Amino acid sequence: MRSSRSNPVWYLPVSIGALLMLFPIWWMLVVSLKTEADAKQSMSSGEMLQVLPGNPQWGNYAQAVSEVGTEPVTGFLDALANSIVVTVLVVAATILSSSLVATAFARIRFRGRNGFFILMLATMMLPAQVTMIPLFLFFRSLGWVDTLLPLVVPAFFGSAFFIFMYRQFIAQIPESLFEAARIDRCGWFEIWWRIVLPLSRPVTAITAVFTFIFVWNDFMTPLIYLHSEEQATIAVALNSFRTQFSGIEDVHLLMALSVVTMVPCIVLFFAAQRHFIEGLGSGAVKG
Amino acid sequence: MANVQLQQVGKTYDGGVRAVETMDLSIADGEFLVLVGPSGCGKSTTLRMIAGLEEVTDGTISIDGRVVNDVHPSERDIAMVFQNYALYPHMTVAGNLSFGLERRRRHPSRLRGLFDAGYRSARREELRSIRERVEKAARMLGIEALLGRHPRELSGGQRQRVALGRALVRDPKAFLFDEPLSNLDAKLRVEMRTELRILHRQLGATMIYVTHDQEEAMTLGDRLVVMHDGIVQQVDTPDRVYREPANRFVASFVGTPTMNFFEGSVDSAARFQVAGLSLSLPAAHRSTPAGPCTIGVRPDALELVSDSENAIPCSIETIEFLGDRIDLILNSDVGRLVCRTAPRSGLAEGDAVLLRPTEAGVHLFEPGPDGARRSKS
Repeated sequence: MRSSRSNPVWYLPVSIGALLMLFPIWWMLVVSLKTEADAKQSMSSGEMLQVLPGNPQWGNYAQAVSEVGTEPVTGFLDALANSIVVTVLVVAATILSSSLVATAFARIRFRGRNGFFILMLATMMLPAQVTMIPLFLFFRSLGWVDTLLPLVVPAFFGSAFFIFMYRQFIAQIPESLFEAARIDRCGWFEIWWRIVLPLSRPVTAITAVFTFIFVWNDFMTPLIYLHSEEQATIAVALNSFRTQFSGIEDVHLLMALSVVTMVPCIVLFFAAQRHFIEGLGSGAVKG
Repeated sequence: MANVQLQQVGKTYDGGVRAVETMDLSIADGEFLVLVGPSGCGKSTTLRMIAGLEEVTDGTISIDGRVVNDVHPSERDIAMVFQNYALYPHMTVAGNLSFGLERRRRHPSRLRGLFDAGYRSARREELRSIRERVEKAARMLGIEALLGRHPRELSGGQRQRVALGRALVRDPKAFLFDEPLSNLDAKLRVEMRTELRILHRQLGATMIYVTHDQEEAMTLGDRLVVMHDGIVQQVDTPDRVYREPANRFVASFVGTPTMNFFEGSVDSAARFQVAGLSLSLPAAHRSTPAGPCTIGVRPDALELVSDSENAIPCSIETIEFLGDRIDLILNSDVGRLVCRTAPRSGLAEGDAVLLRPTEAGVHLFEPGPDGARRSKS
């Protein structure tokens, strides 16, 4: 039987929604390819619908990259390297720590397990602004200000949201798999490494993409802890670029750099989207 | 291979629920023992205690003379086949088979192998031995062609074979099976049953098998342990469990269709009075004490007769045709009865017939749902 969802009528609202979502990206792309004068004019006229210029200024990208920071090109490369280091470490640390903690919450019976779990969930209700100053004072007392450590180290202690996600997923894995692993001489650590992590690929993909996008685009944390230009991440560098060129004056360069910044997120999303819907668990047990 | 001893073993869960009442069980080296009973009777809990997956709250479990109560499941040298296969979905069939062996390697470090030639050659030898054992097990079970596949690419029967192979490859002291065939379709289940029996004969291994299917239990086991409400009801060979059930529960649980029961009383003349009928007891039961009791007769121990002497008048409600035999479902003053007999012409639904229990087919039980069997004189 033909599903009602395959009816083309259903695609209309979805397509409209997709176009609305894509509009800012299109706008950014078009402005990034305009000349300075055209970009300035379209900004001042408040014109929203943009068409691709007949003569796209690909050179805007090279110029934008070379004008980040005080040193040509190296300023951008420094920021890029910092962002990559921070993002890769945070993504890896979040996946490892969150899945490890979640395994304990989902599978190990210990006194106070539910209480600790609720306590952990409660931390999600604390606005980031509440912990901002105490955390800053704490990291300053450790001498970590203007280093990448305050951005990376907290990720090794898990993220409440992802622990919750992993826990829900791990709780669905049949108990018999854990029992089989125990008989096969696996301790809890090996069960986590050899069974839970490989089976949790869909959650890991989501965790990786969400964490990557959040950390890559995070502006506030690097702004608080990183003061010197050499330590700046891309998001901070992008901001200094904007003020350096008095805001809207060089909007075409700002948009070009924004496009460059966005590319890794888009690539990662498409690379990982298969895992969002893929359940690796099929075949483990009868069903 | 090894013997397994359960001495005064019992299990109480944290909330105080008593899952298994104290039991003693001795499983001989190379024996195929089947724990059978309805859901919630404690059979799986008993098996899991032997495996080390459940804590033993009372008594001791010994495998090959060694008390294993506090021994980790992996150190008990047992292999377990689970009801839902429990194959690692991210590993190939070969990976699933070798995983347990890999985890037991004495030379696992590739890094150390780079610097230590002796270690390297021992490591290589170990890997070769694992490969050989995996191939041997795969050959035995006819799954060689599947070694490179993932569990999701296998049928239910193939997955079950892989699960068996995973146990087989380890060459453990005892095999534990937790309802391994219950997820297969009826035809495959019968096939796998035969294969398991052959496998047991080939290996001569100690096997402990849990099932709720009495037919599976009867065909597989050297001995059966019939359990109900956490209590062992009878431990005996399938033949004796069928012919001499220890109590009414065992009599009703074992055998298909289930045994017919008439609740009445024995008078001083050794006649059984039930629903206005007076039936004379077989000679073997004449000395049974007078008073209330239950008679049990298997469906194949009821004969269709033409004379009313010692017979129960019935009317046929339905006839179930089973090929080489028929089951008659009958209504009578003593209740609904089932009679299994050879197919014959001239029987129709609604017909009045007379049924008489055979001399040897009558079992006497104490009154009540779990009444013990009264022995013959």
